Amino acid sequence: MPRPAMTPAPLHRPEIVREPVAGQGRTVVEKPLSTFELLYNQGWLRKLLILTVLALIWEAYGRYLDNDLLFPTFTATVAAFARGVADGTLPARAWGSIKVLLVGYGLGVALATLLTGLAIASRIGTDFLETMTSMLNPLPAIALLPLALIWFGLGNGSLVFVLVHSVTWAIALNTHSGFLSVSRTLKMVGQNYGLSGPALIRKILIPAAFPSILTGLKVGWAFAWRTLIAAELVFGVSSGSGGLGWFIFENKNMLDIPNVFAGLLTVILIGLVVENLIFQTIEQRTIKRWGMQA
Amino acid sequence: MGLDVPLPERPLPEAPLLEVDGVTLQYKTPHHLITATYRVDFSVLPGDRFVLLGPSGCGKSTLLKAVGGYMAPTEGEIRLKGRPVTGPGPDRMMVFQEFDQLLPWKTVKQNVVFALEASGRLSGREAEARAMHYIDKVNLTKFCDSYPHMLSGGMKQRVAIARGMAMEPDILLMDEPFAALDALTRRRMQDELLTLWEETRFTVLFVTHSIPEAIKIGSRILLLSPHPGEVKAELNSAGSSEEAMRLESRIQQMLFAEEIREAENV
Repeated sequence: MPRPAMTPAPLHRPEIVREPVAGQGRTVVEKPLSTFELLYNQGWLRKLLILTVLALIWEAYGRYLDNDLLFPTFTATVAAFARGVADGTLPARAWGSIKVLLVGYGLGVALATLLTGLAIASRIGTDFLETMTSMLNPLPAIALLPLALIWFGLGNGSLVFVLVHSVTWAIALNTHSGFLSVSRTLKMVGQNYGLSGPALIRKILIPAAFPSILTGLKVGWAFAWRTLIAAELVFGVSSGSGGLGWFIFENKNMLDIPNVFAGLLTVILIGLVVENLIFQTIEQRTIKRWGMQA
Repeated sequence: MGLDVPLPERPLPEAPLLEVDGVTLQYKTPHHLITATYRVDFSVLPGDRFVLLGPSGCGKSTLLKAVGGYMAPTEGEIRLKGRPVTGPGPDRMMVFQEFDQLLPWKTVKQNVVFALEASGRLSGREAEARAMHYIDKVNLTKFCDSYPHMLSGGMKQRVAIARGMAMEPDILLMDEPFAALDALTRRRMQDELLTLWEETRFTVLFVTHSIPEAIKIGSRILLLSPHPGEVKAELNSAGSSEEAMRLESRIQQMLFAEEIREAENV
């Protein structure tokens, strides 16, 4: 039988053992990075750079257009913002919005907790939550506004109603999936300590599901903030002073466009502060530190 | 001669700590009812290093879970110090194979302290002192303030062992704790476990599918055959290395002779 040509046996080679070479300075072991590299490694600095460039483009385009009614310049917007802050209108409006938001968010969280609790406790609860979420999660909260107006009138009640709707499902969905993904081993460890029922949920399941819970809270917050501003644009006047959405709407009616931009800037700023300061701090202190999220 | 005289009933020199008495374990998958073990008997004496050894599918892990109280036998009874096991509890501490058995939101020290406090064994400063004592035993004092994700696999398993031992349970249940480690680390961990045993003489029920590990760790080895798991033999472990070699081939034969015969008949 013809055999495939075999490679010849490898040559016998001497062994190699290297003695460690004493003495420093053969190559760089550790060396500080250059100042530019150090600065470039700072995320906030890179973002600040981007923001500056954007502001410059904005300013340049605004000056080129030279039409405050269509597109006020960056400086005009900042000036309007500073005026609004100085005379207290913007903070008052922002606080008006935030107050309503906190009520709606709080109620939404409570409702989501209740629903998730039911879903964990029983199979029918799980089915209920899944059905409700899949039905109501895709429904934009704003679409409920006309109904809310009929049910709760032109007041904060309607705002809170749409807020609760926008918050609840996102949080319940994430929290529930978080609980489901807690590893069996961790649950068994908890039981091994003699924990069961509420103690097991509080001491093992909630911390273990915390990354998902936090995601739910974040998504819920983002939904709530957008929904609130949009709803206020439609009928924010009802709550006496009105919120930021109403501030934007009012100033548009008065053709005070720099103020409209200032209002939008405030909406963005509050969003950024909550996202980047509050939630990111919580993340840094918890799930990042615990290695539960890279 | 002499044994035909009926002896008066007297207690064994040491009463068994754990008795597994005719235990059949069954569980359901979506389509089948599976019998994991069938009428398994054995008893563990205080200070034993009792190993459950068998190929995969022999129900050894299921058996350990039943001893842990996570599932109830369909037949037979498991007794710890004479009392039937009804549920999980801190008198039987589990050490799992998985690395995620440590609570990731707690440091090494907090993990051990939490076990002591949650189970109501100790609290406050006493818990901390006990925790540090056992963390020191597994040589992790330097890492007591690290979070689990900063540790290597072997270190995580050492924390889990320290946690189990700190609870000072009646029996330590170890479910292939070294199976997911690399070979070098595994060997070192086995040595460390034996050293710990020399120091404190705890009772351990150890599950493994590795024959050398069983011989190295165990003082007594229960061989289980698969599908369903039944007791095949209960052997004493070896002292010298030649004995170990002989024991290994003997176990090898007991476990696989049948398979070879079956294969020949096909």
